[in-house]
Formats: sequence, C-alpha cells, structure tokens
Amino acid sequence: MNTVIRNGHLVDPANGVNARTDLYIRDGRVAGVGKPPEISAREPSGESGFDHEIDATGYYVFPGLVDLCARLREPGEEHKATIKTEARAAASAGITRMVTPPDTFPIIDTPAMAHMIQDRAYDAGFAAVHPLGALTVGLKGEQLTDMAMLMDAGCVGVSNALQSVENTLLMRRAMQYASTYDTPVFINPQDSWLQGNGVVHEGEISTRLGLPAIPEAAETVGVARDIALIETSGARAHFNLLSCARSVSMISEAQRRKLPVTASVSIHHLLCSENDIGAFNTQYKVMPPLRTEKDRRELIRGVDEGCIRAICSDHQPHDIDAKLVPFSEAAAGIAGIETLLPLTISLVNDRQLSMETAIAAVTSNPAAIIGMDAGHLAVGVQADLCLFDPVRSWVLDSETMQSNGHNSPFLGTRLQGKVVRTLIHGRTVYNGD
Amino acid sequence: MTSADSSIQFDENGRLKHFLTINGLPQKTLIDILDTAESFISPRERRIRKIPLLQGKTLVNLFFEASTRTRTTFEIAGKRLSADVINLNASRISTSKGETILDTVRTLEAMHTDLFVVRDHASGAAHLIASHLPDPVRVINAGDGRHAHPTQAILDMFTIRQAKHDFENLKIAIVGDILHSRVARSQIHAFNILGAREVRVIGPATLIPTEIEKMGVSVTGNLLEGLDDVDVVMVLRIQRERMDGKLIPSEQEYFNRYGLTTEKLKSAKADAVVMHPGPINRGLEISSDVADGPRSLILDQVTNGIAVRMSIMAKIMQSQDESP
Repeated sequence: MNTVIRNGHLVDPANGVNARTDLYIRDGRVAGVGKPPEISAREPSGESGFDHEIDATGYYVFPGLVDLCARLREPGEEHKATIKTEARAAASAGITRMVTPPDTFPIIDTPAMAHMIQDRAYDAGFAAVHPLGALTVGLKGEQLTDMAMLMDAGCVGVSNALQSVENTLLMRRAMQYASTYDTPVFINPQDSWLQGNGVVHEGEISTRLGLPAIPEAAETVGVARDIALIETSGARAHFNLLSCARSVSMISEAQRRKLPVTASVSIHHLLCSENDIGAFNTQYKVMPPLRTEKDRRELIRGVDEGCIRAICSDHQPHDIDAKLVPFSEAAAGIAGIETLLPLTISLVNDRQLSMETAIAAVTSNPAAIIGMDAGHLAVGVQADLCLFDPVRSWVLDSETMQSNGHNSPFLGTRLQGKVVRTLIHGRTVYNGD
Repeated sequence: MTSADSSIQFDENGRLKHFLTINGLPQKTLIDILDTAESFISPRERRIRKIPLLQGKTLVNLFFEASTRTRTTFEIAGKRLSADVINLNASRISTSKGETILDTVRTLEAMHTDLFVVRDHASGAAHLIASHLPDPVRVINAGDGRHAHPTQAILDMFTIRQAKHDFENLKIAIVGDILHSRVARSQIHAFNILGAREVRVIGPATLIPTEIEKMGVSVTGNLLEGLDDVDVVMVLRIQRERMDGKLIPSEQEYFNRYGLTTEKLKSAKADAVVMHPGPINRGLEISSDVADGPRSLILDQVTNGIAVRMSIMAKIMQSQDESP
C-alpha cells in the first residue's frame, strides 16, 4: 500500500526538517518528503499512485522513537509483562524500536536467547526489539561472552546491565575485546561497594527518612574508572542512565578529548528529584536513584548542550505488589514507555529543550548510538513514524495504560500531547485517533 | 524542606489520627501529650491508675522486630487504658514471596483491630501500613528502621521536662551512632519543635549522616567540645554487630573517644542529666558509674514510657471516637 501523510508538521532533526509538509510512503519506506517521488516508467503517475491518505493536519509527524533502555520482562518474569504486551504499549506511544538489557532470566548471553527475543517481538508485530548481549557470562563479571556471535545474532551492543564488573582487569579486557568488532559497550556506571544496599540518593532526604543511601561517588567512581579504561582500550562506550551533574561534566570532558563516548538519561531523571519521594513513595524508587534538584537541572543542560545524546524511558514494568512494601524492599523502576514522548515534549513546552534537540534525543541520536539507520525519515529509510497531537490533553490512569506494569509516579498526572497513530514499515500498528 | 512524611498523620480537620513521626507536629500537640501524660500519674501514689478510656477497643502490638521494653510498656499502657491487648511478635522475610507486611495487617484488621502499634526494621513501614488501612483504624509507630521512634522521643521529652521544667534554654548533646538511630532523628525534631536552644550531634564522621545540619543541629567529632555547657546528654546505643571494624575501628577506640565517663561528663553543666534509650552497653558508649550515677535518668525514661504511651494512645483514639 502506498500512503501519503498530508499536512503534518514534520520534525526530523537528522535531516534538518521542521516544517509542515507531506510525506510519501511506498513499500514501507519513505518515498518522498514534500513532493511525490519521481515518476518511474513502470509505475502509474506519482501523485495518483498514493491511494491511501492520512490527514495529519494539526499533528506533528515524528520519526518512530528509539528507546535505548526498556525492560520487557520476558523471558523470566512474564507475570510482570511480556514482549507482546510491552511492544504493543510501545507502539501506542510512538516507540518503534526498543533496546532491551540482557538481565532477563535466563540472561541474554547466548545467540539463541538473542534470536528468541527478536523473534517474539517480530511475531508480536509491533515495535522491534534489539537486545543487548551480556558483557560477561551470566553477568557475573568473571568471563567474557561470545560477543562477536551475539552481535551476529542481532545484539546492538553488550552490557553488564545493573551488575558492575568489579574486576577492573576483566572490564578492561571486555572493552578491548569489544573494540575489535567495534561493538558498543553499554555501561551503567556504578561502584558496587559504594552503592551497597542503598535505595536513595545520599543527602538530606536519605538522612531525614533514614533510608540506606547511595552517594554520588557510587556513580562518579564508575564513570571515572571506565573513562580511564575506554581511553586505553579504544572501546566505543555508551554510559547509560546518568543521574549526577558531576558525571555529565566528566563525560563532557572525555568527549572534548575525542574519546568515543556517548551518554543517555532517563526521562524521569530530567523531571523528578529526590524531593519527590515525599513520604516513602515507592513509585519514585528508581536505579540509579533520583538525585538533587541541581543534578536534575544539570542533566537537562547536558541534553541541551549535547553531552547526553539520548533520552530513554528506562521502562521497568512491575506487578502491583512489587511497590506495596516498605521503600527499601520495593522493586526499583517505572513503567515509562507510554510517558516517554509526552514528558519529553513537556520539556519543550517548558522551554527547557528545543523541539529539535528533544526529538533527536528520542529518535536519530539513540539510533546512531546503536549504529542503525533509523530514527529519521529521509527518502529510502523504513517508514517508522508517529503522529502526535500536541493539543490533546489526557490523564495517565491505570485503566487505560497499555503496559502490563502500572507502576508510574505519573498516574493521575495530566499530560499534554498524545500519539494518535504509529506506523511501522509503513503499516499502521496503532490508531488512537 | 517540607514535612511530607508528616501530613498522613492528620485527619481532614487537622487532628492527629496516627502517630508516625514527630516531624511536622505542632508544638501545642507535643505539650498536650506531655500534659496528659502527667495527668495520668497520680502525684500521691506516684503510679498510674486504670482508666476506661479505651474500653472495648482492641490494640495489636505488631512487632516485626524484637523488642522488650517498648513492647512491654505499650502493653501495660494499653491495659491501663482498659483496651484488649494482643501481642504479636511476627517475623517476616524481606522481599519473600510469602505474606507481605500489608497482608498481615489486613488480616488482623479484618478481626476488628482498632489500633496497631507497629515496629519494623524497614524505614517507612508504619507509613505504609497507615496509608493502606481503612479510615477508623489507627497506627502508632513503635520504631521504623532508621527513620523514627516518636513515642521514645516523647518520653524523653517528658523525662527532661520533669528534670528541667522547660526547653527554651536547654543545650542538648546527642552522642554516638546517629546514622542508624531512629531515636536521634525523632529527638532532633522534638527538641526543635519544643524550642531547645541548641542541639548538637557528636560522633565520628562514619556515624553521622550526610546533611544532618539541615534537620537543625550542629555537628562535632569532638566529645569534650560537644559536651561543653550542655544541660542534657543523650547517649545512643552502639549496635556491636553493625561495627565490625568498618564504621569504627574497635570498641576500645570508641570508648576512648566517645564513651561517656564521669571525667568527660565534667565538660557538661554541673547539673547536666544523662539519658539513654536502652538497652545500654556498659563500657562501650557509657561507663557504669555514669549509667547508674545520680545524674542518670535512664530508669525514669522506662517508667515514663507507660504514661506517655497512654497519652499518645488517648490522643489519637480521640479522633477515632469523634470521627463519623
């Protein structure tokens, strides 16, 4: 089917487009922007060949979102969510590709596991799922995985997820080995000793509430160590989910020295701080922890100035019980895929970020980090996109949430702007109009 | 900084319905509780009569963490108020797949419990319970993790008021493991609400939580400096199992620097009193001659625990009786 999307406001930062224009889709790929494709001899005339029209008047057209960190809970924790439920929820929120960390049960440390996850996502028919392979076998930090074969099996990088590799020598070797194949190494920077059994940022809130604390140094020691290792191993590294202002300045400095380092942040670290925890509200328990108001502002600045290239959902669906326990025992994480785009746009509405920076941070930049020609809408690329109604205001509630996880501090919050339609490979996979 | 953890304690008319933290309580509420506690002690007999205030009410002492004195004084306090008292020393395993803390509480609530007295090793446990029980049921926090032990703080205030009459000119030193101490946190709130002149916390940096100054205290690592001119010395218990050479080098070094002895107590005012929430470690945080000496109020604290807890129970059950 050939489709034309009429009159939408296309924001495609990678191609420098931010204007009202028509978008032509043929055979699942972008065929023309602004004007129909050249008429070819074998086909009917350009304009009339696009028999299916979508009226996008009043809507933004964004490239499909690429989410660098989303946990889907399958395999191993299907009582929380499955690939199908979460890929469908993602599609309803404009997300067309998700990167999933390797800490499933079993762990993604074999090509077979990587294949299985992608196959299930393919069968579901919504957002594509790209696994990260484990950096070490069983994430135990003792032995390297078959990284090259994991990449052959479709992994887009390797990571030790939330388990830090305590053995610095092994970490260095893992980076060296990954660099052989130019494999991106995703790092959640943390020093496990300093992290300890902490559950909140070390500061006034942890002191007042008497909760075990995680000092800023738990992250910055990790960042400092791994920058030193990147420097001598040549690995292409991605720091995933920063939480501290100090990490931003360290990574920024490394980037100025031309080290191959990128970084991302979760949307909730741009919107929330430790103050939101209030009276032990477990919905705000996340890892790394929410830090100070100053950290939050500096993270936004990091996105604005380009040090942090990607904003992700850090989607972590949980069953209800996981949060109905004392704070220190509650599961960490927010079911965030459905709020990623409206919350990112809220930063634009609040003049914290430009529209181009915000959209690039959830589309083309994360795609580039995983080395994919995606997250933009140039002629020839797969037509993954969403239509976004900036006027529609809605309240996130557990009745209508698509994810199986309803754990969100934004439940009951009024959000401005909603995805009304999502296309993957030119085919409508969600239509909420 | 708001008192976010406090608002849940009040009903829509601003009356106290749970007793979870001292933080955010009005001064008048604290004074009321102290005055009521005093009225429970008959001056002639120096003992507490039985009062039918909670007749027909069921009180459950739900202790997920072991305790002797706190649980016992709550039990006696409940009985003196004529409540039916049930003691449950429940155990629970964190993050187990078994019954959760809320399951346990809801089961007991279904048996028509009116008041829960809860102790748990996790900070925020009493808040969690209070926010998930139907309206008429009341909760008293008997200690949650490192967060709060509000009834202990009130009985300490009661004991100080007996000895010193008012708080306005008092300088107080709290010595020891502030990091792990729910007692210290609740005391700090209480002293500040009651208008104490100065609250100091004293201990090695490993036992002082970050940014505690924001709770309204000054910090020093030097015991003699910290004790200078104080009216009240609060000694905290050192939990031996927490130390094992990682937070303090040894018991000997701790006693050398922070153990309260008659000699070190000379830095304080001549009439300074010494208190301890118990149980004490003799020769670790306090020497026997101080603990058993004339300036020690340690046993008064225990005695006063009953009247104070009666007063707190009466206060919050009042809002229950009047609720529609």
